[in-house]
Amino acid sequence: MEAAAVPQELPPDCGVHELFGYVGIEAVLEQMKVKTMKMGFEFNIMVVGQSGLGKSTMVNTLFKSKVSRKASQPGQEERIPKTVQLQSVTHVIEEKGVKMKLTVTDTPGFGDQINNENCWDPIIKYINEQYERYLREEILITRKRKIPDSRVHGCVYFIPPTGHWLRPLDLEFMRRLSKIVNVVPVIAKADTLTLEEREEFKQRIQRDLKAHAISVYPQEDFDEDPDDRLLNDRIREKIPFAVVGADQEHQVNGKRVLGRKTKWGIIEVENPAHCEFPMLRDLLIRSHLQDLKDITHNVHYESYRVRRLNESNRPALSSNNGLPGRDEDGDESNL
Amino acid sequence: IPSCDYGPYFKIYGLRSLPLSGHVGFDTLPDQLVNKSIKQGFCFNILCIGETGSGKSTLINSLFNTSFDDSMSTHFHPNVRLKAQRYELHESNVRLKLTVVSTVGFGDQINKEDSYQPIVDYIDAQFEAYLQEELKIKRSIFNYHDTRIHVCLYIISPTGHSLKTLDLLTMKSLDSKVNIIPLIGKADSISKTELQQFKRKLISELVSSGIHIYQFPTDDEVVSQINTIMNGHLPFAVVGSTEVVKIGNKMVKARQYPWGVVQVENENHCDFVKLREMLICTNMEDLIEQTHTRHYELYRRCRLQEMGFRDTDSENKPVSLQEAYEAKRRKFYLELQRREEETRQKFVQRVKEKEAVLKEAEQRIQAKFEHLMLMHQEEKQKLEKKRKALEEEIALFNMKKANAELLQTQPMVSTPVSLKRDKDRKK
Repeated sequence: MEAAAVPQELPPDCGVHELFGYVGIEAVLEQMKVKTMKMGFEFNIMVVGQSGLGKSTMVNTLFKSKVSRKASQPGQEERIPKTVQLQSVTHVIEEKGVKMKLTVTDTPGFGDQINNENCWDPIIKYINEQYERYLREEILITRKRKIPDSRVHGCVYFIPPTGHWLRPLDLEFMRRLSKIVNVVPVIAKADTLTLEEREEFKQRIQRDLKAHAISVYPQEDFDEDPDDRLLNDRIREKIPFAVVGADQEHQVNGKRVLGRKTKWGIIEVENPAHCEFPMLRDLLIRSHLQDLKDITHNVHYESYRVRRLNESNRPALSSNNGLPGRDEDGDESNL
Repeated sequence: IPSCDYGPYFKIYGLRSLPLSGHVGFDTLPDQLVNKSIKQGFCFNILCIGETGSGKSTLINSLFNTSFDDSMSTHFHPNVRLKAQRYELHESNVRLKLTVVSTVGFGDQINKEDSYQPIVDYIDAQFEAYLQEELKIKRSIFNYHDTRIHVCLYIISPTGHSLKTLDLLTMKSLDSKVNIIPLIGKADSISKTELQQFKRKLISELVSSGIHIYQFPTDDEVVSQINTIMNGHLPFAVVGSTEVVKIGNKMVKARQYPWGVVQVENENHCDFVKLREMLICTNMEDLIEQTHTRHYELYRRCRLQEMGFRDTDSENKPVSLQEAYEAKRRKFYLELQRREEETRQKFVQRVKEKEAVLKEAEQRIQAKFEHLMLMHQEEKQKLEKKRKALEEEIALFNMKKANAELLQTQPMVSTPVSLKRDKDRKK
């Protein structure tokens, strides 16, 4: 058999071979672990929602450190910006030898104006700018050993706990953004809803999302195998998570727990019976972080790249916030 | 899966490390990454270069503890070819898609000038395939079955003297394209002291010829010590065997001679264990990474420059790449049109030819037809003549018959005697 000049994914000629003894192939897993621990990880998360929904507190609770500065600090002037401004802050955190470069992008001013039309445009522009930056680095001739990744891996969208339905702003935003980034919707300040109200609210939101064909993370299309599907189906049943954020510790039953102290009790953030914060944390960090990055890289970034490379000589970011307008060849854009 | 290479964050990025007040849980990240890789499986591609009979197949069988079916190769190949075979190996939960490419007929020809070119071409072809996939607009690079050669095991003949010219030339043409690990094959034919001398000679020759062989990485504390030691043992003197011999109360892979048994996995006998350790257990991941980040990038850079891309206008880079894509697209359409035109021309030509042939046939048939018509006419005329003749005969006969009848009716009235006399007279 002649060596193929252009190989494709071909099945092995000689089938699966039995090994007569230990070879040591599985050591490659350890090698990989060591290498990635040495190099470290990056994670970029964006939080979107109206002011006062507890975004900064949530991020601080997620990462157990003062990642974001709260807008409502004593001594700071409460000023609602005229347009949506994006603020990114980067930190390095380390746990058990694993280093992570965490970037949190906040969006103050979102949904706060009287007229909120197109308030998602700066956000879409920012996300596309990050894709553009990565693309430019990737197509250089002499490119860096590692391309710095500033692409947004996950966008947490905070839904106000009205208990009714999704508002037009929520629908518009999630519809547009779920096409270019992984959107994780959460019900903010869920301590104002009872458990029954929470459940009903969730059902209504799920129906709304389905009716408008909005696919939030974890998207059904990207389930790789039946195990994944099973796992993700269970998560999808619970989306959106009803969360409560807190950064102060209190004494409960002799233990120090993170929680909100009210006259009628202490809401324990990490108690699954009280709120679904642990599930959100597990999803975002403990089990699906790599998956968020992979989908961003393999799906969202690739579709951005296809769009970009099919454009004909248009300046990189037009007034359409980096979204291409009508292509000359119309049929080549696949939004 | 994109990997990171920031090193110590703090210094490079000037970022402060944020203290965590509790367990967040991202320490599972390496495990998440590993789980993804387990699902996808690993690809590892080995290129084995060595003269016919230098022990390539046996070595691979011994390394991977399995028997890839292979028959012994003849020495009479007219040129060097490459034979690639794909296997899938399972060990615990790791799936390894292994491709072993061996040279066939290397060093056998009388004129060895073209020996290494097929190898270089093969390696380049794999890089090219990956590059093409990467440049595609709609690509699936995370699904791509990587066929780039990750390591080249170069087997040197155990002459005990020095490198052959062929070895030098081949390795020189490959050292910037692939990770080369030189090995001394069939090392059981060299004694220990000769071996040390041989190794030193080989290394000095490699260094003086400027050939870069693969150095096991020494920057990571976990493996740097053992890698440094191993680097000093290169080239590994290996012995391969798939036969087992009973030593003590164990069955070990070995070669049995009248004067003793050479045990493959005995470190005192040969460096086989070191090779397996370094190749698979310690540095497989690094070999794959070096191939991607060093050799492939070099190839890519050269190719893109060849194709006319430049980085100088880094501001306009995407636009000029788009222009290049546009130009490529235009070229493609032009090519398409040209091909279409060519095909059309060919078609027209064929039609003309067929027409000519048919016309000729038609003419022939026409000629035949006319000829037949002529013949038919002639026949008809002949028959006409005959008919006329026959008709005339019939007319004559009828006339005679009529005359006879007339004569018969006339003399009925006269005497019978006279009739008789008339009849006699008529006779």
